[in-house]
Amino acid sequence: MHLAYPAVLAVLLFCVGLYGVLARRNAILVLMAVELMLNAVNLNLVAFDVWLRDTLHAGQALTLFTIAIAAAEIGIGLAIVLLVHRNRGSSDIDRLRDLRESGGPPGGDSSGGSRDEKSVAPATDNDADNDAESGSDQQVQGPAAGRRHA
Amino acid sequence: MSVLLAQPLAAGHPGFLSPSGVEIVFVLVGIVTLGAALVTVATRQLVHAALWLVVALGGIAVEYLLLTAEFIAWVQVLIYVGSVVVLILFGLMLTKAPIGRSPDADSGNRWIALAVSLAAATTLVTVVVDAFRSTWINVQEPTGPGSGSSEVTGTALFRHWVLPFEVLSVLLLAALVGAIVLSKRNKAGER
Amino acid sequence: MSTTTLAALVPALPALGALAGLLLGRRAPGFVRPLAVLPTLAAAALAVAVAVRQGGGTPVRAATELAPTGNEALPIQLALNLDGFAVLVAVLVGVVATCVQLYSTGYLRDDPRYASYAALVSLFTAAMFLVVYSDDLIVLLVGWEVMGICSYFLVGHYWETPAARAASLKAFLVTKLGDVPFLIGILALASETGSFRISTVVTRLTSSLSGFELTHPTLIALLLLAGVAGKSAQLPLHSWLPDAMAGPTPVSALIHAATMVAAGIYFVARLLPVFTASAAALVVLAVLAALTMTGSALAALAQDDIKRVLAYSTISQLAYMAAALAVADRGAAVFHLLTHGAFKALLFLAAGVLIHTAGTNSLTVMARSGGIAKRAPDAFWTMTIALLALAAVPPFSGFFSKEAVLAGAEHAAFGNAHAPFEGAHAAPVSAGWIVLVAGLVTALLTAAYAARLWLLAFRGTPAVAPLAVRSEKAAEHVPEQVPQQAPETELAHPGPAHRPAHRAEQEAADSDALAHHPAPAVMTVVLWVLALPSLVLGLTFLVLPDWFDGASLTPTLTTSVLATGVTLVGGLLTYATWRHSSALAALHPEHDADPGVLLLGPLHRHAAAGFHLDALYSATVVRPVRSAARLVRFLDREVVDGYVAGAGRGSRLLGAAVRRAQTGNVQTYLGALLTGSLVLAVIAVVAVTGNGGA
Repeated sequence: MHLAYPAVLAVLLFCVGLYGVLARRNAILVLMAVELMLNAVNLNLVAFDVWLRDTLHAGQALTLFTIAIAAAEIGIGLAIVLLVHRNRGSSDIDRLRDLRESGGPPGGDSSGGSRDEKSVAPATDNDADNDAESGSDQQVQGPAAGRRHA
Repeated sequence: MSVLLAQPLAAGHPGFLSPSGVEIVFVLVGIVTLGAALVTVATRQLVHAALWLVVALGGIAVEYLLLTAEFIAWVQVLIYVGSVVVLILFGLMLTKAPIGRSPDADSGNRWIALAVSLAAATTLVTVVVDAFRSTWINVQEPTGPGSGSSEVTGTALFRHWVLPFEVLSVLLLAALVGAIVLSKRNKAGER
Repeated sequence: MSTTTLAALVPALPALGALAGLLLGRRAPGFVRPLAVLPTLAAAALAVAVAVRQGGGTPVRAATELAPTGNEALPIQLALNLDGFAVLVAVLVGVVATCVQLYSTGYLRDDPRYASYAALVSLFTAAMFLVVYSDDLIVLLVGWEVMGICSYFLVGHYWETPAARAASLKAFLVTKLGDVPFLIGILALASETGSFRISTVVTRLTSSLSGFELTHPTLIALLLLAGVAGKSAQLPLHSWLPDAMAGPTPVSALIHAATMVAAGIYFVARLLPVFTASAAALVVLAVLAALTMTGSALAALAQDDIKRVLAYSTISQLAYMAAALAVADRGAAVFHLLTHGAFKALLFLAAGVLIHTAGTNSLTVMARSGGIAKRAPDAFWTMTIALLALAAVPPFSGFFSKEAVLAGAEHAAFGNAHAPFEGAHAAPVSAGWIVLVAGLVTALLTAAYAARLWLLAFRGTPAVAPLAVRSEKAAEHVPEQVPQQAPETELAHPGPAHRPAHRAEQEAADSDALAHHPAPAVMTVVLWVLALPSLVLGLTFLVLPDWFDGASLTPTLTTSVLATGVTLVGGLLTYATWRHSSALAALHPEHDADPGVLLLGPLHRHAAAGFHLDALYSATVVRPVRSAARLVRFLDREVVDGYVAGAGRGSRLLGAAVRRAQTGNVQTYLGALLTGSLVLAVIAVVAVTGNGGA
């Protein structure tokens, strides 16, 4: 089999993932695109391992490690996205713009004011939290209390 | 797998115009995978995107099989299709992702993203094709278990890659703890 | 002590006195007066001693090398040259400076800045001594420039008034304008003759054996003349001197009598062989001197300020000396310098007493108030003597020196000029005629303005209607050069505020209300001390030729009769006109008693304005320079600063543009990052394939 087939497929998959990372607005969709990119790399690793007939099987072992790390990454990433969603009421990446250069007119509904204002107003996602973590009825007071405690 | 690969080694490096059966299957599955990936990054329905991701990851698992990496293929199916996609679906639900078409799935810089990724694709494809135009993978195993079987992979993993493997387990543990801490923080603060 | 040591002490003593006065002036006010007077007095005594020892014999010369110049043959030397001219002029400088210092202790006794004033006068004197004694052109130039800066400070002594500030700046700039060509001329002369020593230069030029000739005598002479014209207030550069009256009166006496203006004449006298080498330079000098003497005499006839009358008179008399030099008669020139120094110092100091007494500078007001002769009898008598000397009435000193000048001119005009030194070219006949005619005309005018000054100052009758405006002058729109300059007495005795001049005039006019200002005794004594040489110095024409070049200074009969005749005519004419005009003024209060108005007729307006030379300079020099300055300011502010500000604005704009990229959108950052790495990768691939593949 020509090595060009898996290589080109990996390249195309990678670029599709790249597009997804750059273009998607929802953070979870971005994470999916990241998975696509990781898989493209894995495909390359496997193809070259087979081609080189490595006695240590470095390519396949590395693929396994990558898969494990990707699992860990998706876990942490989803946790972060959830936290952001809980704090901001949104998981849109292009609204998380606290690091932008200030001085311009406030753009976006979640970047206009100060952090405190935003963190005090997460009321919209309280029922989502309640659905996910059933029975936590004291969630209403929101993350401000936790922030204060921290 | 090796029965499917009935191509004689002595045939040398045949051209692209006379593909073997494995190649034809590989290309077909590759097209399906690519299409699923494209739909994943392009659809406006978030849950559909996750489901199309399953198709794409499954297609990649088939490609692993075609490349005689059996163990990797099953791990791919188990971890990605089994757990990662499930996690993503949970994430979508927890963040109140809208069911159905959401008009603002793509951000404003999608055209820039398109240009960047197309340019990257052009460059990389050019380079890769130019570099590996005549490289041939001999996927036919002479004897014994295939290079991608669980026996061979397990031997390599536990003989040569034990230390990284164990370190990886620590990493997974840390990720587990981190995810729990991140998710549970609010409750801990309240109690 | 040797004569050389004594002579070296003469400039050193006032310089040290000036230094000590400047250092101690603030801390020990009690020492200021002795420090001002004693070194100058000692220097004057030493100058007399040097003169007695030298005795008009062979010149005493001494030199020590001061600084190398890079050219071995042209060292700068601290050299002394004591000949008859030098020692006598030094005596004049010493005596006048001592008188001025003594007079100043009275005149400026309440001035808060007396210490620095006295120190600067001492420095001024020291610089003039240096110029007089020096045998080295560069050292002479040092003294010359020190005098320039001292005159700047002293003229600007009352710097609270804008007139004084403007006058000091004008004096400085105008004299510097002449000093630039002067410096070039000195360097050209030294490079042609191969020495900075004046004595060497003169010897080489006059020696009949060497046959040395200057290559560009006219050029060098004209360059030197520019500096002389600036310093001695000759025609193109004379306009600073009338304005310099803004300084205190003793400073005017010093500048006009002994230092500064005398330096130019003295310099030409020392270097006369350089000038006689070029007939063109002599003719130019003669024409300039003739124009200057007649023009400034006319202007003197029209001035109202007593000090400005005297200033124009000084310019006129200096032109006499320059005219004597133009006919190559330096003995007459220095003789007139000596007598003029004596009587002009007396005139200024007496005028100071008058101003002190009357409380005003204006002759018109003095004429209206009247009775000044009774209130200041010493000033009256001494000033009468000095004015007679100025007008060259026979027994007084001015007569003899002026006759010497005219006799020299006559000799030159009729071609029987005596060569003042060996190898000198005879003065051109045209120069002789020019000087002779102008001298006679000026003698008439001098008598006229001297008589006018005397009549107005001392023979005025108290007007019945003191408020009469100067209607005729006002009708003629006389442009006042220094409009309503406050009388010096106001400045010398700082009151609660400067009284407006018109109020001062009223008070002066009201003789009952006017407090009597008795002049301090020291001022009066000084006047009489100076009156003595004004009376008898002219008689030294019998002995002076021994000190000078040996040419006779005896008056000739023709010129004596002519000059005395025109002097009498001028005086009598003025008297008659004054009788007429004062009678008219008594009848019609709006008429002016000033005889100058009637005498000059339509010319009066122009003469009062100094023949509009200042306006001409303003139009031709000041305004172009100002517009050039505006252009430079525009270029600096708008163009050069534009680049600087543009650099700042550009980087700020760039910063604003770059700041816009900080959107906070992670995806934009990532896109840019990937684009960049992609470009780098392409470059790397192309470079590798381009180098290795092809």
